[in-house]
Amino acid sequence: MIPFQRFLDAHRDDVWRFSVAAVGREDADDVFQETFLAALRAWPKLRSSENLKAWVLTIAANKATDHHRARARGPIPAERPPEQPFDDPPPSDDGLWAGVRELPPKQRAAITLRYAADLDYAAIGIALDCSADAARRSAFEGLRTLRRKEAA
Amino acid sequence: MTAAPQTPSNAGAAEAAARFAAGAPADVRYAVIDGPAGRLVAARTGRGLARLAYEDDNGGLDAILDVLAARLSPRILEAPAQLDDVRRELDEYFDHRRRAFDVVIDWSLVSPFGRKILRATAAIPFGETRTYSQVAAAAGSPKGSRAAGNALGANPVPIIVPCHRVLRSGGGLGGYTGGLQRKQLLLRTEGVLPDELG
Repeated sequence: MIPFQRFLDAHRDDVWRFSVAAVGREDADDVFQETFLAALRAWPKLRSSENLKAWVLTIAANKATDHHRARARGPIPAERPPEQPFDDPPPSDDGLWAGVRELPPKQRAAITLRYAADLDYAAIGIALDCSADAARRSAFEGLRTLRRKEAA
Repeated sequence: MTAAPQTPSNAGAAEAAARFAAGAPADVRYAVIDGPAGRLVAARTGRGLARLAYEDDNGGLDAILDVLAARLSPRILEAPAQLDDVRRELDEYFDHRRRAFDVVIDWSLVSPFGRKILRATAAIPFGETRTYSQVAAAAGSPKGSRAAGNALGANPVPIIVPCHRVLRSGGGLGGYTGGLQRKQLLLRTEGVLPDELG
């Protein structure tokens, strides 16, 4: 097994891009850190023949899904204390990704793995536990929904 | 027709990776330390300093880490702050402010015989030298001077365990894991060899 640092150096950009696209810039670091922590824990048991990029992005996809679920059932934010200055919302510089994050989970994951992390559909199928064709269909359906929303 | 979403920038990825490496529960943490003797790769486990390798004399960083992955654990991360004490003690040594090292050694990479030899070597005071046969005798193997030479050549923590203080009985320098020029540099640092003229 190669030293973990080399694996981190090789895949940090893909996992970072995926995290930013999947949960937004502000929470990307949480997904990134949790992903590599899980990878480090599993590291000695792993078979070196595995596709490491697909493997780590599968972990990242699961962490992002956990994150979305936690968000969905999270506590209602407490009312802002009056003495706290009112912040402007952070500029949304990620254009379409905000829309992608509104899609159903499978479409969202397929598009993010394909376009943020540059994974091919065979690997996305493995990550999402479906066939390559099903992964491709999910991505296309998601893109169609995005287009409809944009046209509306 | 809408284009597909664009790949986000990787800005922030390097910092996130460094944050991860600095805090993650790795089995082996390493740093590259630069100094008068060149670049050193220092690696420690939970037990202590397991390796201090001359980078150029051991095939480079990747080769050094590959050996550590195979022999200690592949859960290796770069965590410079975790090696601050080693860096500081080396700086002090080369700056003539330190004569002995306090860093705890992890002997995992050393055979039982090698440990005896290296412990005997660690007992040689700053500024003094011994011969290979003297070290073998001190380790309890009076006829093992050749084996002692091999054990010293395989010293995983040179400088800290001062194998440079062991010389040939005729007065020759003998060998050194980082090359003879480094052995001379260390012996000059300790005042054993005169400073180079000019």
